[in-house]
Amino acid sequence: MSLATFDLTPLRRADRWHPAELAFWLLPVAAYLVFPDNLVLLTQIAITALFCLSLDLILGYAGIVSLGHAAFFGFGAYAAGLLAANGIGDPLAGLAVAALASAALGFVTSFLVLRGSDLTRLMVTLGIAMMLYEVANKLTDLTGGVDGLQGIEMTPLLGRFTFDLYGKTAYWYAVAVLFLLFWAARKLVHSPFGLSLKGIRLNVARMPAIGAPVNARLSAIYTIGAAYAGIAGALLAQTTQFVALDVLSFNRSAELMLILVLGGSGSLYGAVIGAIVFMSAHHVLSDMNPEYWQFWLGALLVVVVLFARDGVMGGLRRLSHAAGGLRKGAR
Amino acid sequence: MQPRTSIAWVTAALAASALSLAAHSAWAADPLKVGLVLPMSGPFASYGKQIEHGARLYLQQSGGTIAGRPVELIVKDDTGVAPEISKRAAQELVVKDKVDVLGGFGLTPSAFAAAPIATEAKKPMIVMNAAASAITTKSNYVLRVSHTLPQLTAPIADWAVKNGIRKVYTLVADFGPGHDAEAQFKKTFTAGGGEIVGEVRTPVKNPDFAPFLQKIKDIKPDAVFLFVPPGEQTVAFMKGFVERDLAKAGIRIVATGDLTEEDILDAVGDNALGLITSLQYSEVHNSPENAAYTRAYYAAYPKDRPNYMSVSGFDGMQLIARTLEKTGGDVTADKFMAAARGMSWTSPRGSIAIDPDTRDITQTIYIRKVERVDGKLQNVEFDAVANVRDPGKP
Repeated sequence: MSLATFDLTPLRRADRWHPAELAFWLLPVAAYLVFPDNLVLLTQIAITALFCLSLDLILGYAGIVSLGHAAFFGFGAYAAGLLAANGIGDPLAGLAVAALASAALGFVTSFLVLRGSDLTRLMVTLGIAMMLYEVANKLTDLTGGVDGLQGIEMTPLLGRFTFDLYGKTAYWYAVAVLFLLFWAARKLVHSPFGLSLKGIRLNVARMPAIGAPVNARLSAIYTIGAAYAGIAGALLAQTTQFVALDVLSFNRSAELMLILVLGGSGSLYGAVIGAIVFMSAHHVLSDMNPEYWQFWLGALLVVVVLFARDGVMGGLRRLSHAAGGLRKGAR
Repeated sequence: MQPRTSIAWVTAALAASALSLAAHSAWAADPLKVGLVLPMSGPFASYGKQIEHGARLYLQQSGGTIAGRPVELIVKDDTGVAPEISKRAAQELVVKDKVDVLGGFGLTPSAFAAAPIATEAKKPMIVMNAAASAITTKSNYVLRVSHTLPQLTAPIADWAVKNGIRKVYTLVADFGPGHDAEAQFKKTFTAGGGEIVGEVRTPVKNPDFAPFLQKIKDIKPDAVFLFVPPGEQTVAFMKGFVERDLAKAGIRIVATGDLTEEDILDAVGDNALGLITSLQYSEVHNSPENAAYTRAYYAAYPKDRPNYMSVSGFDGMQLIARTLEKTGGDVTADKFMAAARGMSWTSPRGSIAIDPDTRDITQTIYIRKVERVDGKLQNVEFDAVANVRDPGKP
């Protein structure tokens, strides 16, 4: 049976940009105009979205569960932070170094992670993140330990745009990086490589039968996911000019999982929307009630899980189906 | 609450604050805006609570105005040890809320992260608890009204030497203030002829003291010197100390007052009786200012006890008021700092001053013993070292 006998049109159609997607990417511009005083938060939303995207690639597409994804985020943050603290303050060089460093770590640890089943993977990823956390905690001279890495000084972006107090440069920088990497991820998941990952997630036993090397593919996507997370971490270090020990914390990994589930895993937009919803709710609620906001955040999450299975994206999908049904009924 | 109403509430709240984000409120007649970055949730939430109590108490007594302007106090939660959130909060207070003065900062990492904002935005930054010595060196606009760890440690180390303690094991939290405390104790104590027989640094978050306590028991020093941030940890340490019978093995405790401060003293309970610590404030400090302060505190917050953090919040606002009186209401950072340097006044803790060179606080440190006074555990002051500058500064 040759591949040519399949109708590949639906796959090609999925690769094409939908008008709604283009509209979605106007949101950062709109947000900039509507909330000019909240650029710091918006920047961190973009960074979290990128971080979440990286988990989506390995969990949502390839089905590798991880409770220690902050390991790569933090590794990238420290790589970029240390580079800038030691005199090389070029942002793009920092991103490149962070991406390479995290990718290397991801590649090496992928062999450990891929050995086991889901539960073992949870434990191994968690363990790796905990080890890195303790190492960073103990290497006080290098990382500043709990006090955080200080003295990061960034040179202007592309030699022209300095990082300002209002966060304008930081915002456009983070949004541009997010968009480019999103575009790359979108290409990736619609490529044959991306489709083979979906296949692995859906039925791992059949994939070798059609000639897909399962472990090599998983190892590759895990490495790519790690690089993405490293870049997100580097962005945080560069835009806040500070690296806190909690970039490696368990809390960050767990929260990320939550954000992805909230947005809807297995959909790139789910990762981005999850980050937007979670971070906005977090911000608004903690501003309203600095002491008990966590209660309301918890309530919001429970409501979403109850009424919108598969997260916000799942809810939207069902809504659009329902709307489509109505339209057909009317005709 | 009905589930339906709570959903409606959340939705309404989200919508309302989205609106308030977009449209900036411009109602009051040019209020003086003070932004506090504090831990209001998480394991260090009581710091934020106490500091806010103190700050509000001062405003209540001054009729809600400073230098003739109504004061708007904006509190942002930074959840404790999460410097990136502290920094974001400080940045937002400056660019969005347009505050005139930054304040608060419960723990050292928050203050470190926010200091560059003070420099860049040119806003006075008043540290109300974070205690690593180096904080005031991170920006020329930082000044401190609370204390530093070396400042508390030197007097208690001296006291230990003079009271026959020769061998000490030090246990400190593994972050800036802990390192400061460890270094200062070692310096003062060995200079007086004492010997450090062991030292350990415990994690700042969720430490387990059991293995350290066992080790200390085996080594049998005369005393253990302790600094960990007050809260669950100090309570857990005392519990372990008692359970493992270290006191019966003849091991004493010398500590900074963080161990027996009023907010947690009742949780430590009778195990605290007899503990000797050093701190700048005690609820039973004997002065008319403190009598008035504690009376007002209990009237406003009957469920809590006034502690040193609340006094820092109180003095922080007091400093702003006194400084603006001097500058004639001018809050530009350079004028503010120039006026605040060398400022001195009588606080509920005694007389205090801002060092003109280091912008750090100079104050009396008291040596206190926990006793039962009128049925309540209290830190009774029995010795004092006046005008202690921060020994951590050159």
